[in-house]
Amino acid sequence: MTTADIPTIARTCRQMRRDIIEMVGAAGSGHPGGSLSAVEIVATLFGAAMEHDPARPDLPERDRFVLSKGHAAPVLYAALAESGYFPREELSTLRKLGSRLQGHPDARKLPGVEVSTGSLGQGLALANGLALALRLDDNAASTVYCLLGDGELQEGEVWEAAMLAAHYRLGNVVAIVDLNGLQIDGPTCEVMDVGDVGAKFAAFGWEVLTCDGHSLHELLAAFGAARLHRGGPVVIVARTMKGRGVSFMEGLCDWHGKAPNAEQCATALSEMAEGSAL
Amino acid sequence: MSDKRATREALGATLLELAAEGRDDIVVLDADLAKATTTVKFAAAHPDRFFDVGIAEQNLIGTAAGLAAGGRTAFASSFAVFATGRAYDQVRNSVCYGNLDVKIAATHAGITVGPDGGSHQMVEDIALMRVLPNMRVLVPADYRAAAGAIRAAASTPGPFYIRLGRPALPAVYDDAFEFEVGRAYVLRAGTAVSLVACGAMVTRALDAANLLAAEGIAADVVDAATIKPLDEDTILASVTKTGAVVTCEEHSIIGGLGSAVAELVGEHAPVPLERVGVRDVFGTSGEADELMEHFGLSAGDIAAAARRVIARSSLSSS
Repeated sequence: MTTADIPTIARTCRQMRRDIIEMVGAAGSGHPGGSLSAVEIVATLFGAAMEHDPARPDLPERDRFVLSKGHAAPVLYAALAESGYFPREELSTLRKLGSRLQGHPDARKLPGVEVSTGSLGQGLALANGLALALRLDDNAASTVYCLLGDGELQEGEVWEAAMLAAHYRLGNVVAIVDLNGLQIDGPTCEVMDVGDVGAKFAAFGWEVLTCDGHSLHELLAAFGAARLHRGGPVVIVARTMKGRGVSFMEGLCDWHGKAPNAEQCATALSEMAEGSAL
Repeated sequence: MSDKRATREALGATLLELAAEGRDDIVVLDADLAKATTTVKFAAAHPDRFFDVGIAEQNLIGTAAGLAAGGRTAFASSFAVFATGRAYDQVRNSVCYGNLDVKIAATHAGITVGPDGGSHQMVEDIALMRVLPNMRVLVPADYRAAAGAIRAAASTPGPFYIRLGRPALPAVYDDAFEFEVGRAYVLRAGTAVSLVACGAMVTRALDAANLLAAEGIAADVVDAATIKPLDEDTILASVTKTGAVVTCEEHSIIGGLGSAVAELVGEHAPVPLERVGVRDVFGTSGEADELMEHFGLSAGDIAAAARRVIARSSLSSS
């Protein structure tokens, strides 16, 4: 784990939120809600928890990141731009013809994207495969981080993969569940209750950690603890709020896959000004 | 060349050979069917590079894709019905969209699965795999072709679908045969009709050519061992020479070899065409040979189709 102080990561989070609003606003479509809920998780990973080098995206010793909830591509692109994988100006090309910033992450196009995702439920199996390959490479240093949505846990493949990670004792896999409680059609507990996520993973043989997914302090502690646990897979169940940081988006599933208009963008950005609460 | 061996038997044997030749990068995954697919041979010799994912085909393909993203050449094996149907979105999005080095070597394809019945008789797999960008589709006709197809796939980066069967098949090729991706093989030269076949139907097409020869009809027999990319030059050369074509496949007449040839011929050299295959129905229980008769996939059926296209061809040219 690299060291980054909490105020620095907090500043990055603020910038990433601005990036998300600006790029989704410019695109005219996209998924702001589930991107904003994952800002602290992704910022802590790229800013502190993960070993990675934007100048060498294929460095063998790097940690890997899989965005299983691929529709949250804007939060990944913001983190990659902040890290220096590509120029910030490119963020405004999101979802446009010819852009490397596809609607969902495309590993063939953009450095820093390990695997292409977007069809929900597939990321954890991909992460497991990457982890098995690292084991075959005798690479004990690298960890594979996989960010899942809570609605995504309704996909059966997630649990097939959860079984596999425990069966093969993949101590180099750390899953993070962005538990924002909302999906397109409504609250997850009403659409299809995923129940006690931590208990489910525990029953599948995973080490379970829980934290406030917007607390950098708690996230850093959780990633630190997860890194030390090498006997099997670890899941961090991070409680979050969909749309976090934009008053009129917070806690509303309507903002799952809708872009703010120009006026809404301006309002959102004003809330994220330097010195604001976030 | 009297030995009969199943194409699926080439899977475990060839993977073992490749490992012995130093292909340490190859990993093999199965979904609780390693004995039937024959990957158990690889598993016994290289347990560190074999992963049984349990009865979970989506996970089979997804984990294979992850291993490929991690630099391995991943062979994923199960029955054709599950590897392509159950895991279609994983094949599409996890493998093909990322153009990853995953080889789906699926066994028990087609109706020759036999008594297991329609639920297990996959006759839509070529269609499903053929429409996917980046995917190449190989349908070997015998054991040697299957071994060659597996080798060719292992040495060519990117996604492959290799269609293998359950029953023992007569040999079509000798030991010197080398499989080339994208090449069709002219097995018999004729003038009156082209019989373009794949897989278990190649032998039947050759038998049909014998039946036709007895009537004085000389048939071209082409083994379209690669369905995608199709060997357009070889097939067009044959049909422009003969002026009539019959496609033969142990697969639905929709979306498979018949469709691929019809698309090609329709665009470039329209000639009378018939598709011998399963006619948009599910399979049923029975012995393999019985089923080939039942669904109209015998040498006699091919010969009858050949007579019809020849008649249409002479009508249109007269």
